[in-house]
Amino acid sequence: MRLGVVTFPGSLDDVDALRAVRFAGGEAVPLWHGDTDLGGVDAVILPGGFSYGDYLRCGAISRFAPIMTTVVDRARTGMPVLGICNGFQVLCEAHLLPGALIRNDQRKFVCRDQRLRVESSSTAWTSSYTVGQEIVVPLKNGEGGFVADQRTLDELEGEDRVVARYVGDNPNGSYRDIAGIASAAGNVVGLMPHPEHAIDPLTGPGTDGLAFFTSVLAHLVAAA
Amino acid sequence: MPRVVVEVMPKPEILDPQGVAVRGALGRLGFEVADVRQGKRFEIELGGEVDGAALDRVREMASMLLANPVIEDFAVRAEESA
Repeated sequence: MRLGVVTFPGSLDDVDALRAVRFAGGEAVPLWHGDTDLGGVDAVILPGGFSYGDYLRCGAISRFAPIMTTVVDRARTGMPVLGICNGFQVLCEAHLLPGALIRNDQRKFVCRDQRLRVESSSTAWTSSYTVGQEIVVPLKNGEGGFVADQRTLDELEGEDRVVARYVGDNPNGSYRDIAGIASAAGNVVGLMPHPEHAIDPLTGPGTDGLAFFTSVLAHLVAAA
Repeated sequence: MPRVVVEVMPKPEILDPQGVAVRGALGRLGFEVADVRQGKRFEIELGGEVDGAALDRVREMASMLLANPVIEDFAVRAEESA
């Protein structure tokens, strides 16, 4: 299975995302923001970083990159898409996911190993986890506060679309401790923490993040 | 040449951490204020007449790119440039 990782100007974690795909047993395919062709990939990851320098709003300019037209079209017809950190911001700006991410309420950039509780295993990216499972993955953001109106938040919770929540201190003021959410169909997932940095004990706090990548590979094999 | 000004503000119900930081700094300087909200101002030169259709076009720009309607409100108006 071929998993593409989009590099925007200012992406930082594209190389780690490609490495995570390889660790999970997938074929990692680098994609470029200026292309419109997805190179025959089966799923796409939008990595973390500061695409377009976070100018205007995080993700606001990347959302209109040429490749995003294709990503949005394919996501609407079921292709799995994972947005991590800046990628999550891009998915919200592109309206593939509801809500928005604003500056952390405590006004500091947070960089730490973060405990999360996986809340849904019914998405393309979390099927290898069990609901309630606690995992530790790095978190590093200045604008990671997830906000949405009350109706949207109720809808996300009612439809099993909250993918993960922060355990312990809420690092950024995200409403209802939400760390990640999914689209109604479950193929699009946005996550503020970084599972791609937790796939190898040599380079991260553990391997708790690897199952995001093995989940999507299992999902794609089952769908093939 | 007339220009169009777009002002973008965080919605009242959305926390504005930048405004909170500015308010804190003003307090430390001895300026007591009740609240500060920080927004953005865009000055757009259209290079032509600013009529109703042009303003509608700028509103489209604002809702598509300049503002995120989930968290921000915007206002559009014509202004004589200096």
